[in-house]
Amino acid sequence: MNKELFEYTLHLADNALILGQRNAEWCGHGPALEQDIALTNISLDLIGQARLLYQYAADQYNAMDVGGQAAVAALLPKPWKEFNRALQEDDLAYLREERQFRNLLITELPKGDWAMTILRQFFFSAFQYLQYQQLQQSSDATLAAIADKSLKETAYHLRWSGEWVIRLGDGTAESRRRIEAALADLWMFTGEAFVPAAFETGIAPDPAALRSAWDERIGSVFAEATLDVPATGTWSQGGGKRGVHTEHLGYLLAEMQVLQRTYPNMTW
Amino acid sequence: MVFEACSLKWAGAGIKRELQTSTNKLQTLNPTAQHIWSLLEAVSDPEIPVLSVLDLGVVRDVQVQDDGRIDIAITPTYSGCPAMDVIAMDIRLKLIEKGYRNVQVRQQLSPAWTTDWMTESGKQKLRAFGIAPPNPKQQFCATDMFQEETVQCPRCDSWHTELISQFASTACKSMYRCHDCKEAFDHFKCH
Repeated sequence: MNKELFEYTLHLADNALILGQRNAEWCGHGPALEQDIALTNISLDLIGQARLLYQYAADQYNAMDVGGQAAVAALLPKPWKEFNRALQEDDLAYLREERQFRNLLITELPKGDWAMTILRQFFFSAFQYLQYQQLQQSSDATLAAIADKSLKETAYHLRWSGEWVIRLGDGTAESRRRIEAALADLWMFTGEAFVPAAFETGIAPDPAALRSAWDERIGSVFAEATLDVPATGTWSQGGGKRGVHTEHLGYLLAEMQVLQRTYPNMTW
Repeated sequence: MVFEACSLKWAGAGIKRELQTSTNKLQTLNPTAQHIWSLLEAVSDPEIPVLSVLDLGVVRDVQVQDDGRIDIAITPTYSGCPAMDVIAMDIRLKLIEKGYRNVQVRQQLSPAWTTDWMTESGKQKLRAFGIAPPNPKQQFCATDMFQEETVQCPRCDSWHTELISQFASTACKSMYRCHDCKEAFDHFKCH
């Protein structure tokens, strides 16, 4: 077990958790009951994936020797140290601080309007689908099993969000105006996923290798949606994988973590 | 032999299904393990109470250790399915009720659960309950867009149905409507 694997596992978990939390904000606010349910189902899948990954990260930590534990100390939730028990999934989700999260920036952006939520989901699912496919081949048996399990769920997310991109792009003047506005806001956040972080050099597969397949997926759906794909290779936002986030993550965490922050180590 | 059940497990969903439903085949199991399998028949899915955990195909292995400990492996249907924690607890409670004190239920992720593991009797029970079961052969379970699986209405048996939403009241279902009897219904979607 090593630092890179631990941090990479947290990165995968944080992506799923933060986007799951964001989408859950639509619960009770969807444009139609069926779509409200669709998004909350997607949230549930993502939070389930996050749980499996946090459990694995906690197992890794608990199995490390003293030196290994010291090497990842900066990633651990501070309040946990006073619990005097082994690390658990909830500690990682509910008690780490903003700078300790390793999620992609695109997952933490505010939910915006329906077009924004849809397009973000489509960009993310298209990436996550390829990432899980790659991880199915991982030499790490647990990551491979989680990827295998999660891939089928992500296939549903990708299909649903892709259909909505087409509906909005090739829909009414209003839906098109909205998805074009969302595209203008989101595009600069899509490049981050493909730039390898320091922890993606060891066990983790190279995300840069996924770029062409991702471009192809975006291109084919956009063509059907009659949307133009912006130029690739342009400047991109980054920092999430190093813990440097937008101002939006702090607010999300404040809401998500309030119970554990108020009553640390509380259980149902 | 328990070991034999284990090796059969990987041979495919069909054999597994046989193992779970046919009493004759169960003769090959360790008598205690065989008894455990039969007890699990009475543990139902908390979300779809007409299905047992065996019908659902989530019980992947039952092992009886030399010291009498019972090890049961279950696999989640969907990663976020909240029923899994309840299922693990219900299995433990059922076995404690029957006198097995030392029971461990663990989660096994691989191979990933598929609707192919649902038993035939489970599919019939689903239909009787008003939920369209997964089709015998998966028609469409990929990222291709705007495709609809042909699903039979569990109420009037019409095939003249339409997908309303790929997501429904639980993670494992989609929503359809029937053009003949005009009823909306849940479909246990392919996975």
